[in-house]
Amino acid sequence: MSHEILLTQLLYGSAGLLFFLLGVWSFISHEPLWRKLIALNIMGAGVFHVLVAVAYRGLDAPPDPVPHALVLTGIVVAVSATALALAFGRRLDREDGERTPDVHGIDDREDGTHA
Amino acid sequence: MSSSNPQTLLIPLLLAAIGALLFWAFWSGLTGHEGERLAALALERVPESGASNPVTSVLLNFRAYDTLLELAVLLAALLGIWSLGPAAAPYQPAALLLDSLVGWVVPMLIIAGGYLLWIGGQAPGGAFQAGALLGAAGVTLALSGRPNAGLPGEAWLRVLAALGTLVFALVGLTLMGLGLGFLTYPPALAKWLILTIETGATLSIGATLAAAFLGGRPRTTRPAEP
Repeated sequence: MSHEILLTQLLYGSAGLLFFLLGVWSFISHEPLWRKLIALNIMGAGVFHVLVAVAYRGLDAPPDPVPHALVLTGIVVAVSATALALAFGRRLDREDGERTPDVHGIDDREDGTHA
Repeated sequence: MSSSNPQTLLIPLLLAAIGALLFWAFWSGLTGHEGERLAALALERVPESGASNPVTSVLLNFRAYDTLLELAVLLAALLGIWSLGPAAAPYQPAALLLDSLVGWVVPMLIIAGGYLLWIGGQAPGGAFQAGALLGAAGVTLALSGRPNAGLPGEAWLRVLAALGTLVFALVGLTLMGLGLGFLTYPPALAKWLILTIETGATLSIGATLAAAFLGGRPRTTRPAEP
């Protein structure tokens, strides 16, 4: 494997690892649920970065299809998990809002009126 | 966070340690001895998989059960979202400029989705990319004030959301009934079976993503007040 490919893989993959670590840090050190959700997505993006870096075989060669397929699968699962988590969060906010209004100091913009 | 909190020091140290470990694993994975990699095995057998794009071959043939379960995950997420409450109130109807732009963008997204679905057999593309474009079309419609994101009524939406998983599982079970093994395509039919599954999956993914964006059980269709 040529030197150039290895360098590209290392740079791209290390950026992915950095993303992952930043995500983990944000996930454990911030309390609000939506921040944890964003952190989780950043962790996921980091993992995809690493897998794409591993799959890279130079500009002229086809990439390793196995990690590529994993990334494609991962994106869809991450998107649906995020959507489900957001729906959970919205429901939690609504339940909280009914008992103690305005605890978060943020309006539930999408359905401020839950009649 | 106060600076006297031991966590402020402990967490970065722990993360640095994890980072070093991960980097070491990544480095040795890249530079280490190349054993028998799956890539060579997969690329070698692409011609008999029914799709000349290696990624599609892996997704729809070599690891088809993986993709089947992924569609099931999408379906499960949508069911979860629907069970948590009704969809959010629709956005306001778009102004004239955005509305006419949407009239151009949405058909083009649908055409591009169809193209990506077809080209997926031999070039980058396929059900997920095409489904993502269809989902984007739905999100565009929702943002411009269509309360149901251009999706059909609830009965048809249920069919659409389940279609990908259903077609996939039916193809697998039929092949099993014919004595070939679950999702083991005969090479002569592989291309058409893959295209059938991908078409169902595209419609399902697009509908599911758009419905997930609405954030809840669909409302009975009623145009928003101007």
